Amino acid sequence: MSMATATVQPVEREDYLNKHYGVGSWLLTTDHKRIALLYLISITFFFFVGGFFALLMRLELLTPAGDLVQADTYNKLFSMHGMVMVFFFLIPSIPAVLGNFLVPMMIGAKDLAFPKINLLSWYLYIIGGVMMTHCILTGGVDTGWTFYTPFSTAFSNSKVIEAGLAIFINGFSSILTGLNFVVTIHRMRAPGMTWSRLPLFIWAHYATSIIQILGTPVVAITLVLVVAERALHLGIFDPKLGGDPLLFQHLFWFYSHPAVYIMILPSMGVVTEVIACFSRKRIFGYHFVAMSSVAIAVFGFLVWAHHMFVAGISVYAALVFSLLSYSVAVPSAVKVFNWTATLYKGSIHYDAPMLYAFGFLGLFTIGGLTGLFLAALGVDVHVTDTYFVIAHFHYIMVGGALMGYLGGLHFWWPKISGRLYPEGWARLAALIVFIGFNLTFFPQFVLGYLGMPRRYYDYSHMPEFQVLNVLSTAGSTILGIGYLLPMIYFLWSMRYGKPAPDNPWNAAGLEWQTQSPPTTFNFVEEPVVTWEAYNYDEIDAGHKQEAPVVG
Amino acid sequence: MAAHAESHNPALLHHFATEEQQRNSASFGMWIFLATEVMFFGGLFCAYLIYRRLYFGDFAAASKSIDALLGGTNTAVLICSSLTVVLAVWAAATARRTLLLSSLVVTMLLGCVFLGIKAKEYKDKFDEHHVPGATFSFEHEQVPNAPEGVYANPRHAEIFFALYFIMTGLHALHMIIGLGIFAWLLIMAWRGRFTPEYHTPIEIGGLYWHFVDIVWIYLFPLLYLIDRHA
Amino acid sequence: MFNNFPLWPDRASSTAGNVDALFIFLIIVSGMMTLLVFTAVIYFAARFRHRKGVLAEQIEGSIPLELTWTIIPLGVFMVIFLWGAVVYFNSRTPPRDSTEVYVVAKQWMWKLEHAEGQREINELHVPVGRDVKLIMTSQDVIHSFFIPAFRMKQDVLPGRYTVAWFHATKPGVYHLFCAEYCGTQHSGMIGDIVVMEPSQYEAWMSGSPSGPLSATGEKIFAELGCVTCHRTDTQGRGPNLQGMFGKPVQLQDGRTITADENYVRESILDPGAKVVNGFKPVMPTFQGIVSEEQLNALVAYVKSLAPAGQTGGQTANPATIAPGLNPAPVTTHGSSKGSPKGTKVQ
Repeated sequence: MSMATATVQPVEREDYLNKHYGVGSWLLTTDHKRIALLYLISITFFFFVGGFFALLMRLELLTPAGDLVQADTYNKLFSMHGMVMVFFFLIPSIPAVLGNFLVPMMIGAKDLAFPKINLLSWYLYIIGGVMMTHCILTGGVDTGWTFYTPFSTAFSNSKVIEAGLAIFINGFSSILTGLNFVVTIHRMRAPGMTWSRLPLFIWAHYATSIIQILGTPVVAITLVLVVAERALHLGIFDPKLGGDPLLFQHLFWFYSHPAVYIMILPSMGVVTEVIACFSRKRIFGYHFVAMSSVAIAVFGFLVWAHHMFVAGISVYAALVFSLLSYSVAVPSAVKVFNWTATLYKGSIHYDAPMLYAFGFLGLFTIGGLTGLFLAALGVDVHVTDTYFVIAHFHYIMVGGALMGYLGGLHFWWPKISGRLYPEGWARLAALIVFIGFNLTFFPQFVLGYLGMPRRYYDYSHMPEFQVLNVLSTAGSTILGIGYLLPMIYFLWSMRYGKPAPDNPWNAAGLEWQTQSPPTTFNFVEEPVVTWEAYNYDEIDAGHKQEAPVVG
Repeated sequence: MAAHAESHNPALLHHFATEEQQRNSASFGMWIFLATEVMFFGGLFCAYLIYRRLYFGDFAAASKSIDALLGGTNTAVLICSSLTVVLAVWAAATARRTLLLSSLVVTMLLGCVFLGIKAKEYKDKFDEHHVPGATFSFEHEQVPNAPEGVYANPRHAEIFFALYFIMTGLHALHMIIGLGIFAWLLIMAWRGRFTPEYHTPIEIGGLYWHFVDIVWIYLFPLLYLIDRHA
Repeated sequence: MFNNFPLWPDRASSTAGNVDALFIFLIIVSGMMTLLVFTAVIYFAARFRHRKGVLAEQIEGSIPLELTWTIIPLGVFMVIFLWGAVVYFNSRTPPRDSTEVYVVAKQWMWKLEHAEGQREINELHVPVGRDVKLIMTSQDVIHSFFIPAFRMKQDVLPGRYTVAWFHATKPGVYHLFCAEYCGTQHSGMIGDIVVMEPSQYEAWMSGSPSGPLSATGEKIFAELGCVTCHRTDTQGRGPNLQGMFGKPVQLQDGRTITADENYVRESILDPGAKVVNGFKPVMPTFQGIVSEEQLNALVAYVKSLAPAGQTGGQTANPATIAPGLNPAPVTTHGSSKGSPKGTKVQ
């Protein structure tokens, strides 16, 4: 099933990659596509740092005794795994890589509204990243990514201030990216690109950007307060000095809950594009999917205290937040049903991006459903702070967000790099990731209900937990292989991959009407849009005889 | 490729289609940035309001010890500076170069006056040992409008002062950044970069300055005027 | 390693069954939903695999379908919410007349003291079939008291009391874990809950040398001079504490609050915070002078000053404590008649 073209080596065309050479042309670029690649390299680095920490944790948990690393070391490992993965990998991932690359192209613009601020975003990310790396190399931080007080402000002997400041600076990267996207989507759509004609990837990024803009500043100021309290021995969160440790938790979770929607919404946007393309149909219920993205962003701000059901909040507050948490689940369910319905009477292809989308559907469904367990007050009392929660959020963040990210990378790789990745290896990697993931994290649901608490490195008094931990560790090694493969073959493809046609998937969307890779200013002349999104009927009407897929 | 066939305002950046799009985008971007600033200060205001409700008497006693006259003067100074900012924008829109330059200068001067008064206040607090930390002391301070002999809890007062310094300090930091922005605007204006057709930087710089002013207008009564009856 | 491979935790409290029932319901609902989605996806993916010459059919959407799959899940979610709320409410509301145990958490151990006086470290002995209420605080950072077999968890905070309760239904030894990360030896802050037959428990209890916690508290009350101001006649500079616990108290600023454990604790550590109406704010603070254990003893003592048969948590009597009034019958000092020991479950 290979594409009819791409047997002749095309003449080297000018594109955004070869237009200028030299380190300076990259480090001072304002081209959104180059900035996207800068992010791609940086976040991949942090992904493997965070993944390495996870590997060490899983190795420790193979045996009940704490015999691989010391207690303090393990505490630093899970803390830095969380901070690196959340702040330096997941939150930027899709928006900073795929969003930066695609948002202008999808709406028919030459660049984002503020290209220099886009570059500033990347530099802020790098500065935060350098600080975080320095913190890791010079001792690390052991407060957990949640920085609970008064442990972080008055008891920890680790580098809390440095880690807090690193994340603080990194937060502005996120804020500026969100700001850029909102202005771009509002003001720079090509003529004829009405809101109802926008790809749902754009709607998803719009909703994500709202959260980034309104939520991130709150965690920023919270970290400022933690740093100030620790440095100056203040008492804002310390009960011994009249402060309230729960105030920290409220302020922290006010951002950190919406943050998880920053992580999942873009992935949902990717999955929508992929499912539409590889079913050759317009997404079922376009407006409902668009509105559900916005609904998730809005409701997401109303549920933060469901992380605090046993923290000492009142029963009545708990009831309110539990009720609201179910409201957030509804739009997510709606999306899953709409994606499934899109498959009905489609013309489905099983290329690697679609395999990742299928994986997303399955894993996000499970992860989302386990959220219902956690929102149920009676059950949450038992499973909060156990491996049940860890399994839940990894299903969403890894099984959901990361699968979407990988699927998106594969889908748009020909556009980004001008090369085709090797399809066989990609399908294999998708399968390995799916299997490895389930083996790693499903046993953790059982472990959690059994009562294994989070953040324990030693369970020698509970040897009954070992079998499930061994299964989980075994899965994590498989998962690791699944992540290494794409890194290897993507790099390989940049040199040896088949040159990609401009639209290898015959996909809808303005980005596919540009060159692969695109020129610096994307479009030869400003497009004028006269068609609806996902016009696969028009696209396929002329291709009845072909099976339009890359082999 | 449409190379510069038609001439356009050199201020029009390449990725925008029209000047209007550029102007609207800049303005919209600044408004969104101000929304993030509202959330940023918002966390502090939230913490402040919670503790004020919990420890009202102690906060009232602490509030009495900061100088409302100086704070009030600063409020007047900032309101005047917002007036000069509006003048600057109008001057740019109507090509009044002298007025533009002088408005920008006066704005910056007023900003410096604000910071100077702030410095005096901070110095007073330092001298009175009201700076949180090892040297903090707040013994036997009467709670206003409470029976004689009811003293403020020093630990709670220390929370007031911690928030006072962090909130006004963050605000002052924004003022300093604002001075930097206006210095840059002044240089650009001096070089004649602004015309009635293009003076967006002044508009959005003005928006930022107004925001910093508004934050102070909330800070002043909340911090300085707790429980002060006539 | 393969002998001991449980997939479900022990069920040893009255709450555990309720939690498990809801959990199983959730598994069923989730299982059905997962099956539905997986089946649909797999079936559609196979059935509508691309075939040469067959185009996809463009279907815009269906409002009835959207409404259906919005409203039905919403309905199911509301059922789950209500069920969870009921289970939660019961599990968070200690019954009256519960046996009380004071818990002090510190890095990295659990210190427990029964109201009857027995002290334990990292272990808690309780009888089967008795309501046990835990009154907990931390000496340093946030911890969390977690007994998986009872499906019970409550964060333990510095600077205030948090409360949890359980009703053990099966004798045995069960895990106690700290469930809120608290530093280096968080994994080591574990212990055992020993549930015994009532007779065995009585035997164990009588082996303890120390008297009831409230008696310890009474001693501290005298040693620290509290009795000078908190007299039982109308002459005291401080309110009479007889029968005050659990009742509404009118404060100087007009508010009315309930005199619970946290109020007593706060009044000792920060006396100016909630002064009783009609009294001058002259009480000195005991912050730094009393330890957490001493605070617990004092709280237990003040509780014991309730009229016989009544313990904390009641607000039925609307009488407020005002200077000059002495609503409760005067009990002699040193009496332990009002202590929880007198409310043994038969």
